[in-house]
Amino acid sequence: MATVPATARVVVIGAGIVGNSLVHHLARLGWRDIVQIDKGPLPNPGGSTGHASNFIFPVDHSRELTDLTLDSMRQYKELGVFTESGGYEVARTEERMEELRRRMSSAKAWGIDAELVTPDHVVARIPFLDKDQILGAFWTPSVGVVDSLRAGTLMREAAQQAGALTTVPNVEVVGMDVERGRIKRVRTDKGDIEAEYVVIACGVWSPKLARMAGAAIPLTPAVHQMISVGPIPQLAERPGEISFPIVRDMDTFCYERQHGADMEVGSYAHRPILYDPEDIPTIEQAKLSPTELPFTADDFDPQLEQALELMPDALGADGAEIRYAINGLLSLTPDGAPILGETPEVKGLWSAAAVWVKEGPGVGRAVAEWMTQGWSEIDLAHSDIARFYPHQRTRQHVRARTSESFNKTYGIVHPAEQWASDRGKRLAPMHAATSAAGAVYFETAGWERPHWYASNEVLLGEYGDRVVPREHEWDSRWWSPIINAEHLAMRERAGIVDLTAFAIFDVVGPGALASVQHIVVAQADVPEGRLIYTPVLDPNGGFRSDLTIMRLAHDHFRVVTGAAHGMADLKWFRDNLADRAAVVDVTSAFTTIGLWGPKARDILGRLTDDDISNAGFPFFTCRPIQLGSVSVLASRISYVGELGWELYVPMEQGARVWDLLHEAGEPDGAVPVGIGVYGTTGRIEKGYRAYGFELDAERTIVEAGMARPRVKDADFIGRARYLEQREAGPRSVLCTLTVDDHISAGGQRRYMLGGEPIRTRDGGPLTDGNGRHPYVTTAGSAPSLGKHLLMAYLPPDEAYVGNQLAVSYMEQLYPVTVAAADATPLFDPDNARMRS
Amino acid sequence: MTDVLVCIKRVPDVGGEVTLTADGQGVDARHVGFTVSEHENCAVELAVQVAAATGGRATVLTLGPAEAVEQLRSALAVGCDDAVLIEVCEPGSYGPADVAREIAAVVADRGDELVLLGNDAADTGDFQVGIRLAHLLGRPVVNGVRTVAVTDGVLVARGDGVDGVETYELPLPAVATVLEGGVEPRYPSLKGRMKAKKAPIDTRAPRSAPAGSGRVRLLLPPAQPSTVDVLGEGPQAAAAVVDLLERMGVAR
Repeated sequence: MATVPATARVVVIGAGIVGNSLVHHLARLGWRDIVQIDKGPLPNPGGSTGHASNFIFPVDHSRELTDLTLDSMRQYKELGVFTESGGYEVARTEERMEELRRRMSSAKAWGIDAELVTPDHVVARIPFLDKDQILGAFWTPSVGVVDSLRAGTLMREAAQQAGALTTVPNVEVVGMDVERGRIKRVRTDKGDIEAEYVVIACGVWSPKLARMAGAAIPLTPAVHQMISVGPIPQLAERPGEISFPIVRDMDTFCYERQHGADMEVGSYAHRPILYDPEDIPTIEQAKLSPTELPFTADDFDPQLEQALELMPDALGADGAEIRYAINGLLSLTPDGAPILGETPEVKGLWSAAAVWVKEGPGVGRAVAEWMTQGWSEIDLAHSDIARFYPHQRTRQHVRARTSESFNKTYGIVHPAEQWASDRGKRLAPMHAATSAAGAVYFETAGWERPHWYASNEVLLGEYGDRVVPREHEWDSRWWSPIINAEHLAMRERAGIVDLTAFAIFDVVGPGALASVQHIVVAQADVPEGRLIYTPVLDPNGGFRSDLTIMRLAHDHFRVVTGAAHGMADLKWFRDNLADRAAVVDVTSAFTTIGLWGPKARDILGRLTDDDISNAGFPFFTCRPIQLGSVSVLASRISYVGELGWELYVPMEQGARVWDLLHEAGEPDGAVPVGIGVYGTTGRIEKGYRAYGFELDAERTIVEAGMARPRVKDADFIGRARYLEQREAGPRSVLCTLTVDDHISAGGQRRYMLGGEPIRTRDGGPLTDGNGRHPYVTTAGSAPSLGKHLLMAYLPPDEAYVGNQLAVSYMEQLYPVTVAAADATPLFDPDNARMRS
Repeated sequence: MTDVLVCIKRVPDVGGEVTLTADGQGVDARHVGFTVSEHENCAVELAVQVAAATGGRATVLTLGPAEAVEQLRSALAVGCDDAVLIEVCEPGSYGPADVAREIAAVVADRGDELVLLGNDAADTGDFQVGIRLAHLLGRPVVNGVRTVAVTDGVLVARGDGVDGVETYELPLPAVATVLEGGVEPRYPSLKGRMKAKKAPIDTRAPRSAPAGSGRVRLLLPPAQPSTVDVLGEGPQAAAAVVDLLERMGVAR
């Protein structure tokens, strides 16, 4: 009977495309003593890789997924297992044609060759497609198919030949031991393996494995139906696996992919069919493989009809039969992104899960780099397992969100689209009051955040055309002119903002200063009561985060960061603490209320006897003040460029303070202001960069225009690389641009939403020193300037004020001009308002 | 023109490992889908062929729960013209005598000249319904045949005998039970599947209460220890593989 080694540096559980590419890249990066196990046999252990349709369309609206896919394609080609076929995404509706135009934006932004083509272009290559069914198509010549099982075998063999890898199939993990928060050993039916690192790369089984160690990998196995129809004479007469382009029939959520004499038809149109990892049959119980479950024909029937409509002569050919049909299992996550990185619960236990064949090798490389050096060339922030809050790891949440998203796999998803399921789960203390004011809630990390307030509709009459109404439905979807009205009211009087969603954690103890000093770029050794705004870098000098910190005492720092990235920041601080320091999550202890605008001091003055004059409470300081019988921590800071404070209030007193502020603000006409202002319009007028938009691990402080005159002497993570970056100068420069003319060819005014490529004035491509092509990182109204603003990283020689370029939106060019080639705000460039 | 009735049974589509329900009365279907036996797939194919050859109609029948419509539609998708469901809530409570009685009532009502069944049920293996049905109908019956054809109003059925292929000629109306292997069952075409989806199902209630099978419980045979002989590794193993294939009669 086979046995497993008693010890390993790292145990990789899983021999699908992810585990195989991971062991390969770990070996390549110098790891030895790698043990890879799988419950199934080789080369196809029975997971999702074994039944994958194995085709790759590179263009996705997500840069992270696109880059992982492009890297994977490069690796598949190097392994000799890639066959280029080209691919069409066909449109049956005008709405889809518009989505394909938007897809062209992403293709240009990510530098992928693609074009919009006519039905004739499609039938020239696929004669058996009925061109009357489609209006047009998105053609990507680089689409192709791979042999993912062969790729896996080759990658395992490379690692074995390097003497780095022992692979043992047919081994079942029965438990994992964790000691003092660190993974210690993997227990299997063939013996125990002591290991420093364990990686779960088990696809649909990953949650079950993670639970053995007390960790969570919040994915669900879900059914994707596929049938194979053949023999089809038109296909059989050509040699090889594939000689016709792959078709994604976007409006029916189906694809048609040639496989020899057969056509595989796959569907994302059926009802969501979710499984629990515990209910997946064993290899012995399964008729085919554990992830090829019995086909439920009723669910597929509507798709048969649509597929036959599109390719009547091929799929309806004499003798063409449904020879194979499965309910194939694949992994879905609540936000659609993979789940990668070290688990927050257990040191040394990593996840490489919820990855599809198109991203597998890229993920293998990136996770191996991350494990080796603490960062990866492709930023994995959106896939970081640390991103999940506890509620997002619950089975109910995972099921609700994946059920909702499954049918959007080929859907048209607006960039601001909100989830409908599992809402209303994290409510601010002032929720009753904001509801009464007609708040329209957007969700961030489960929090219901007012994005604008219906009660402010009255302001529309007051401000007229200054709110810049949007004519086009797409541009105004998930948007309201009320946002711009709230913005103007805040700039003229005052706005009160619900900021409850902030993630807040305290760094405490004798080692608190040393910890913060080590983690952040800015000088942390500041007097008590001072604020710090700072980037947080990874060892490569890329952004991990940007956040604010209040020094509350000699041994007490309070970190405030965005909700979306809060849990990842928390793990980063925990992982990098100095001795004798601790991190305490106080997110649920405090609500935050923002009060900003020229009247903010008058309003707050009605509620407190404390000295809040500019001299008594200077900008960038914080201290407790009394609002009647409520003690709040006030912080004089602003993300919208106005005089004012963030008030940190005990959660149970939040509703009261919210009401007090509104009562005190009434004489000055203060209004509740939503996140539409806080997150976009106020921010973009001030040129403030946001993590996840302008800032990510592939950008530098220098490129973002955030470098300060000097660098602190104390060492911090990323310091060495940062000094090099300062020396070398930027390879791209973050700029703010104004849109000069909004009128489309159709005569409508159009407003970009973000993600659009920036081109030369006549539409030519631009490339920066990183080989990237400029795209809009944030787009938004600037109501105080009467402009629509865009932020984008431009090549350094294009980054000068007055440079005339263009933005491509839905395949039309609109003239733009660089208005700032650094962090200088377009509104109140001297920051006089904040400092007044 | 011969109208053929082919009878099928919805059974769990088990893999390598079979588990029983807690009461021991059936096969546990939690992890698997449902299907019909290979014998019945061949019977369906034969029914479709006979009907097509004679200009008659092929009708598929099952006694089972409402979900058994899935199996009826699969048969419709590969060429059956009509479908009959004798809908019962607890098919497990129907013994072979009960099932034969219910089918006989339908045949008496419809008058199908030829009734085809599988040789035996895939899950309970009773080997009884065909014989009992023929007895109730007063028809001749032949068991375990691999092919059937109707020529000049006579049923010609062939199957393997001890000394070679046996050929039987039966006058119609008749009953035959089919063993797999004589014909290649077809897969559905897309058009067949779409037609099946829209076909009406003749749903009937059982005529009388079931008497039951009298079965106490099913037992699984003791697990056979599986032995693996490694013939070798790499190209060196080729000779041993060829030798084994020759001994198995797969290659010469």
